[in-house]
Amino acid sequence: MESSMKKNLQKIACKTRMGVIEGTYNAKSGHPGGSLSICELLAYLYFNKMNVDPADPENPDRDRFVLSKGHTAPALYAVLAQKGYFAEDELKSLRHIGSSLQGHPCIKTNGIDMSSGSLGQGISTACGMALAGKLDNKNYKVYTVLGDGEVEEGQVWEAAMFAAHYKLDNLIAIVDRNGLQIDGAITEVCSPEPITDKFTAFGWHVITMNAHDFDSIESAFNEADSVTGKPVAIIQQSVKGKGVSFMENQVGWHGKAPNKEEYEQAMAELSAQLKELED
Amino acid sequence: MADVLKKATRESYGETLKELAEEYKDLVVLDADLAAATKTGIFKKAYPERFFDCGIAEANMMGVAAGLATCGKIPFASTFAMFAAGRAYEIVRNSIGYPHLNVKIGATHAGISVGEDGATHQCNEDIALMRTIPGMTIINPCDDVEAKAAVRAAVEFNGPVYMRFGRLAVPVINDKDNYKFEIGKGVVLRDGSDVTIVATGLMVNEALQASQMLESDGISARVVNIHTIKPLDKELICRCAKETGVIVTAEEHSIIGGLGSAVAETVTECCPVPVIKIGVNDVYGYSGPAVDLLKKFGLSAENIADKVKQVYKLK
Repeated sequence: MESSMKKNLQKIACKTRMGVIEGTYNAKSGHPGGSLSICELLAYLYFNKMNVDPADPENPDRDRFVLSKGHTAPALYAVLAQKGYFAEDELKSLRHIGSSLQGHPCIKTNGIDMSSGSLGQGISTACGMALAGKLDNKNYKVYTVLGDGEVEEGQVWEAAMFAAHYKLDNLIAIVDRNGLQIDGAITEVCSPEPITDKFTAFGWHVITMNAHDFDSIESAFNEADSVTGKPVAIIQQSVKGKGVSFMENQVGWHGKAPNKEEYEQAMAELSAQLKELED
Repeated sequence: MADVLKKATRESYGETLKELAEEYKDLVVLDADLAAATKTGIFKKAYPERFFDCGIAEANMMGVAAGLATCGKIPFASTFAMFAAGRAYEIVRNSIGYPHLNVKIGATHAGISVGEDGATHQCNEDIALMRTIPGMTIINPCDDVEAKAAVRAAVEFNGPVYMRFGRLAVPVINDKDNYKFEIGKGVVLRDGSDVTIVATGLMVNEALQASQMLESDGISARVVNIHTIKPLDKELICRCAKETGVIVTAEEHSIIGGLGSAVAETVTECCPVPVIKIGVNDVYGYSGPAVDLLKKFGLSAENIADKVKQVYKLK
C-alpha cells in the first residue's frame, strides 16, 4: 500500500481505538477487547474500500456492512463518526438512555445498515442483502464481520451453506480470529477450529490475513475482488485488545469497561501512538 | 351442507403469491424444504427465479428474508408454524421485529389439525409467541376467501406480518359479494344479544354452527370473526363485552397467550365480563385424523354450544 495512504489509515485506526476507549469508559460497560481487534479492518473498509457516502446513506447502489459480532459496535461507531455519519462527540453517549448509539447496532442509527448483535444472525441478513444485489443486477458488495467465537453458532453454518449454494460472490465475511471468547480461549471453550477448513468445506473461497497490517489487508481484499462464483471468507489473525498494552490478549477485557486510571493509561498509550504517526 | 366448497388456507396462500407476482415485482418467496406442503411450490413453478429454497435451515431463512427486506424486496418466508414461530423465534424477534422490516411470514400447518404427524408438528403456541414481538401483525384467516384477502393485505402493508394457515381443508364461509378485509378489523358475522362468541381461524365456522344450535335453545349468540389477532380490534371486543355481558373465545391454539388471552386482557381494561376460553388446554397433541382430533380437543361447534349454555346460566 502506498505509504501516505497507509499512514492515514493507521491514524484512523488509532483514533478508532481512542473512540472505543472513550465510549466504553463513559458507558461504564461494553466490549473493548473485540472492538480493538477490528480497528484496522474498519478503517480500511470505510476509508479505502467501501462505496459509501454519509451524504447519501440510503443509496441503493452503496456497499453494505453488517457487524455480525455486534457487541464490538464501539469500534464501528468510532469509524462512522470519523467518516461523518454523526458527530464524534456522540461517542461519549454510548449505551446511555436516549442515545442513538445502542449497546449493539440498531438500523435506526445513521450509517448502520442492519440491527445485529445476537450472534450468528448478521451473516444471514448479509446473505439476504447479497441475494438482493444479485436479483437487481447491482454491483454492490456486502461485508460482514464475525467473531471467531461467534462461528460456534449453528446459524452461521446455515448461512455459509446458503451463500455458497446461491454463489454469492458479492458477499465477503471477515472472521476476527483473536482466539478469545467470554469463557476463555476458543480452543478450550468449545473449539470451532479449524475455521479455515470449515469455510473451505462449505464451498467458500478462504483467505487469511494479518488484521493489523494494511499491506496484508489490502492484498486479501484484492484477492477477494478477483473471486467469482463463490462467497469469500477472510480469516483475519488478530490480537484481542490490540493497541492497549494491558488489554492485549487478555480474556478479561472482552466485556469490561476501563476505570478512570485504566482509561487514562489507555488514552495516554494511544495518544503516543497517534503522535508517532503524526510526526 | 354436503356440497360446501372446502379448501385448505395453505392452498390459498400459494395461489395468491402467484397471483400477486406480476403486480408486485419485488415479491420473492423463501421456503425451507417444504414448498410442496406450504404450497409455495405453486409460486415456484410459475416464478422459479424469484423463489429461493433455503433448505432445512429456518433460522437462516428468516435472516435472509430480513436482509432482502432492507434492500426493498418483499420476502414471504414460508415454513410450518412450528419452525417459523418456534425454532426461528429469536431470529424473527431480533432480525425482523426489532428493525421492523417488511418481511411476511407464511406459517402453514398451524394447530392441532396437522393431524397424523402428531405433537412435534402441531404448533399451538405460535400466536402466543408472535404476540410478544412489538410491532408484529398477526393474521389468522378462517377460510379460502379470507386467506387470499389476508395475503393481499399483507403485501400492501409495510411492516412484519405473521400469517397463520392450516393444513386441513375447511369450508368457505365468506362467500358474499360484498366481502371486505381490513387488517385489524373484526367482523360481526351473526348478530346476537345474550353472549358473544369470538373466534379465529377454522373455529369461526364452528362458532357459526354453534350459534345456530343455540338458537333452538333460545340463546342469541353473536359471532365475531377476529382474523387479525394483533393489533386486536379492541373497540369491537369492548362493545361486545358491554352489549352481551359475556364472551366465549374459540381458537385452534393454546388457551395460554392466544386469542382468548388477548380478548381477556382487553376486556379487563374496558369492561370486565367473564371470558371463557376454548382452545388447546395447555397440553400437547397427538397423532390422528385432523377432524377427529379437533373433536377430541373440544374444538367443535358442540363444545362451543355447551360452554355457552354453561356461561349463560352464570349471567
